[in-house]
Amino acid sequence: MLRAGLRSLTSTSPLNKPDLNTARTYEQLKAGVSIKMRMGCILKIIVASPSKKGLLVRARGLASEVNEAEFELSDCPIHKLDSGPAKKAVLTRDDGLHFYRQMQVIRRMENAASTMYKSKVIRGFCHLYSGQEACAIGMQAAIHKDDSIITAYRCHAWTYIRGIPVADILSELAAPCMLMYEVNDVKYDLSEKLKGEGRKNGCSKGKGGSMHMYGHEYYGGNGIVGAQVPLGGGIALAHKYRDNGQICVTLYGDGAANQGQVFETYNMAKLWDLPVIFVCENNGYGMGTSVERAAATTEYHTRGDYIPGIKVDGMDILTVREATRFAADFTRSGKGPILMELTTYRYYGHSMSDPGTSYRSRDEVQSIRKTRDPIMSLREKLLDSGLADTDDIKRIEKEAKEEVDAAVKVAQAGPEPALDDLFLDVYADDNMEGHKIRGCDNWIRQATN
Amino acid sequence: MEGETQKMNLFQSLTNAMDIILDSDPTAGKDRVFNTPLSEQGIVGFGIGMAAAGATAIAEIQFADYIYPAFDQLVNEASTFRYRSGDLFNCGSLTVRAPCGAVGHGALYHSQSVVIPRGPIQAKGLFLSSVRDRNPTVFLEPKILYRQAVEEVPVSDYEIPLSEAEILEQGSDVTLVGWGTQVHVLREVCKMAKEELGVSCELIDLQTIIPWDEETIIKSVLKTGRLLIAHEAPLTAGFAAEISSTIQENCFLSLEAPIQRVCGWDTPFPHIFEPFYLPDKWRCFEALKKIISY
Ligand SMILES: Cc1ncc(C[n+]2csc(CCOP(=O)(O)OP(=O)(O)O)c2C)c(N)n1
Ligand SMILES: [Mg+2]
Repeated sequence: MLRAGLRSLTSTSPLNKPDLNTARTYEQLKAGVSIKMRMGCILKIIVASPSKKGLLVRARGLASEVNEAEFELSDCPIHKLDSGPAKKAVLTRDDGLHFYRQMQVIRRMENAASTMYKSKVIRGFCHLYSGQEACAIGMQAAIHKDDSIITAYRCHAWTYIRGIPVADILSELAAPCMLMYEVNDVKYDLSEKLKGEGRKNGCSKGKGGSMHMYGHEYYGGNGIVGAQVPLGGGIALAHKYRDNGQICVTLYGDGAANQGQVFETYNMAKLWDLPVIFVCENNGYGMGTSVERAAATTEYHTRGDYIPGIKVDGMDILTVREATRFAADFTRSGKGPILMELTTYRYYGHSMSDPGTSYRSRDEVQSIRKTRDPIMSLREKLLDSGLADTDDIKRIEKEAKEEVDAAVKVAQAGPEPALDDLFLDVYADDNMEGHKIRGCDNWIRQATN
Repeated sequence: MEGETQKMNLFQSLTNAMDIILDSDPTAGKDRVFNTPLSEQGIVGFGIGMAAAGATAIAEIQFADYIYPAFDQLVNEASTFRYRSGDLFNCGSLTVRAPCGAVGHGALYHSQSVVIPRGPIQAKGLFLSSVRDRNPTVFLEPKILYRQAVEEVPVSDYEIPLSEAEILEQGSDVTLVGWGTQVHVLREVCKMAKEELGVSCELIDLQTIIPWDEETIIKSVLKTGRLLIAHEAPLTAGFAAEISSTIQENCFLSLEAPIQRVCGWDTPFPHIFEPFYLPDKWRCFEALKKIISY
């Protein structure tokens, strides 16, 4: 990596010179200027080949020559800590493009779920993550692949960043087109009844649905608000007991933060100094109740009292990543639990039955979309720094669209689950012969007692 | 019930009942109806405390599925308060409301007084009785009937007594017992039995699960000699087991066939297989045939 040329530009902290903040050309940069961005400023740009650096910013078409750029991060208020996360971070081109791709896939996957829901291909519970993408992607980028994650029902994105293909996620949500059975000469057509209840190739075999998806060291998708938090504590206890160096990221919403069991978990986690990051994804609302109407203090990062905390701009992926790095190092080193509040926003209603407009104004949603959108902000960072050019952006968006479109097709055409599955997976080693579920004979659909 | 009526669905009739309760206290104000934080244990605990201190408290749990965090408060605190204080304290003016039953998710459990209406008229009358009853009551409201069931509901104040089952159809061959949504399923089974088999069923809505109206069921089974109980909750330790055992003790010599329970399976409530899990009319009808051909 050649750190020639531009490095010196940053030493004079160009950010302090407001009149120079609008520089757009390499010449301006060379003169000691940086680029003003909506969220976070570029501090320095490092190019692969100094000979081509003249083309760097002026000609975005050659931006692939920019390998790294350093950005200033959003401020992170701290609680019971001497110092907080880094204030600057380097983003590589590879990471930047990768994050952008993940964000695009998640946004499009959730949009697809919404569309499928409206056409009744999906029904039941369905909670979308749009607006919160930077939280999941930023956090995953700063933890190890064997670290654990547990979250609530707003879990599609977490499932995806844990390596489950979009097709498997949408299949879990999607409906069989036709289900016909004949039992005792009676014909059953369940095509209507079973609409929107998952497919066999869904990541939970169609049995979990929207709220219950799992993966490697990913403990799901949990439907009872706050109930996953003690589980996260237990996972961390297991890691500590086995001394395996793993940590557990335990997520919950601002509404869940008021549940009693969250506080019980804080206490035990601190008492035993467990390797756990508590993460409050504060999107402003628990269903239709705003944080102000539900919480005595909305400074969620301080609500662990004796547990150190940081409040993090959850709309800026780099800030999330650096804060997570800090929190992961902290707890992995044996210092006990740490609490992160990610301030974020959800664009859709709470679930598909909530239009999301009765307790907040359309203006509010629009203004967040315009000023804080995590995808837009990353795109600007990539373009303005030259880490990517518009061709890169277009290509990624196209790829993401193709990936999601293909997944929608798979989800809609997947095989129906077999009726037998109803009785499986209740006990270990369940199988159809001699199944052990009391009171069930699936063939005559009749209590056998 | 006499007097003026109005078209209401189940949730409107409950709102109407709560308006009557609120109007009956002249200190009524907007501040008496409010959102709580997401803290079920706290919601019920506060309700018990308020009621013990003399206020009338109506605590709402969004869905019965979410009542479990508050279970300790209900079972150990609310239901034993009077007993363990030798009647110095009680929380009889507490009513806990919770929409319940299948329509995506289902759950049923038992604790102290548990009431389930089958429609708007019963909902209002039973609810007013529950609030005024001197024992804490858990009032379960079938979610699926919230908008579906519409009836002409009397606008005036009226009560339907707790712990009294209602015989909806007189019959001589088989007794069918259900509550909540299941009553509507059994009504269809009654019709099918009459039309297809010429069998006469006596249909009973239990209405209050605890303490339940043993007498009405016993009398009916002494007459018919056959009993079918259906509920959405799982078979094992479901309330049908309790009824079945009591009837076996009291009607042993009158029974013509083993009691049939048609219930949810002993599996978790399966997302994808809800229609198979539920004790629908076909499953109930199969069980009925079994009883009469025994
Ligand atoms: C114990 C319990 N109570 C109530 C519910 C119903 N419910 C589901 S999500 C939700 C809101 C939770 O809000 P928050 O924790 O802020 O998470 P978000 O939906 O914003 O991601 C409620 C009340 C539930 N699932 N579990
Ligand atoms: Mg929230």
